[in-house]
Amino acid sequence: MNIKLLAPLRILLSASGVVHHWWAQRLTAVVLVPLSLWFVYSLAIMHSADYETVILWLNNLDNCLLMLFFIFSLYYHAMLGLQVVIEDYIESDWHRETLLLLVKIITFLAASAAMIAILYIYGL
Amino acid sequence: MAEFTLPKNSKIKPGKTISAANGATRKKKFSIYRWEPDSGKNPRLDTYEVNLDNFGPMVLDAMIYIKNEIDSTLTFRRSCREGICGSCAMNIGGTNTLACTKSISEFNGDITIYPLPHMPVVKDLVPDLTNFYKQYASIKPWLQTKTAAPKNTERLQSKEDREKLDGMYECILCASCSTSCPSYWWNSKRYLGPAILLQAYRWIVDSRDEATTERLNKLEDSFSLYRCHTIMNCTNTCPKGLNPAKMIAEIKKLLVSRLT
Repeated sequence: MNIKLLAPLRILLSASGVVHHWWAQRLTAVVLVPLSLWFVYSLAIMHSADYETVILWLNNLDNCLLMLFFIFSLYYHAMLGLQVVIEDYIESDWHRETLLLLVKIITFLAASAAMIAILYIYGL
Repeated sequence: MAEFTLPKNSKIKPGKTISAANGATRKKKFSIYRWEPDSGKNPRLDTYEVNLDNFGPMVLDAMIYIKNEIDSTLTFRRSCREGICGSCAMNIGGTNTLACTKSISEFNGDITIYPLPHMPVVKDLVPDLTNFYKQYASIKPWLQTKTAAPKNTERLQSKEDREKLDGMYECILCASCSTSCPSYWWNSKRYLGPAILLQAYRWIVDSRDEATTERLNKLEDSFSLYRCHTIMNCTNTCPKGLNPAKMIAEIKKLLVSRLT
């Protein structure tokens, strides 16, 4: 196994705090480029599809996994990005920490809801 | 919250216009920011029209002429007049630069001069750089060693190791880059800013320094380093043509690579 290929993931898993944040933001950004293209393409080919077709599409293992990966990267990237904006512009410590906690809870709940829904549809 | 508009007492009002270019063929108008904190009045923009044949080619030459011949109350810092002391850093024509190395002929119309942006003003074009110097001291800008000094010789450095300091040792700490950085405007209390980070990297890569780990540890928090969002104003504005943004990126790379 090529160790070099795993290095980005190793950093992601081992690093803590700020370096991890910086690295994860870049990694999710790169991953989101092909995933977003795939997502927009999928929406385009299904723009007039009926409910059953979409359910069938999500029932495909590849589509289901890609969708889960897309949702995870999207919300993770959004959370990291919002964190940067909040840290940049909110000066008061307790305002900042409260907002950061809120953003983390909201993005976690939203991502979980979306991913559970996808898994539920896959199980149909 | 960050402030996006100037407070009421900081709004700049039009000031007086003084013409000292009677009959001159080569004229130029200099609009200069004036403020005396003790007067209780708002800042104003005074305009001086001068004859370009009366002084040298640089913006600083014009300012010294205005101070000596027209208005002795105009206040600014200057010293070496050759771009090595960094005293006359100010915002000229919308860009932070050194008045002594900025040629008047680079500007087509009138020239506006403000102090370095988003710093407390002591008077006119003199900013308060206390915080900037305090931040510089915080990175311990001197050689730190643990091993005993070699006998009968200095701590030597190879030619290649010395070359790693190129692009950094030239920095004169004029603060043009840091005060051009929006991140530094919003978070100058906690973010070190491009000038100080460039200096931090200068000691991190010095082959003779033995406190690299401690130096990197000190930068590993949300604010000291990571408020840099590669806006690149620092590199665009540096009057010495240096690239602080690249040095900041190198520190980020070092922090990531030491985890592997």
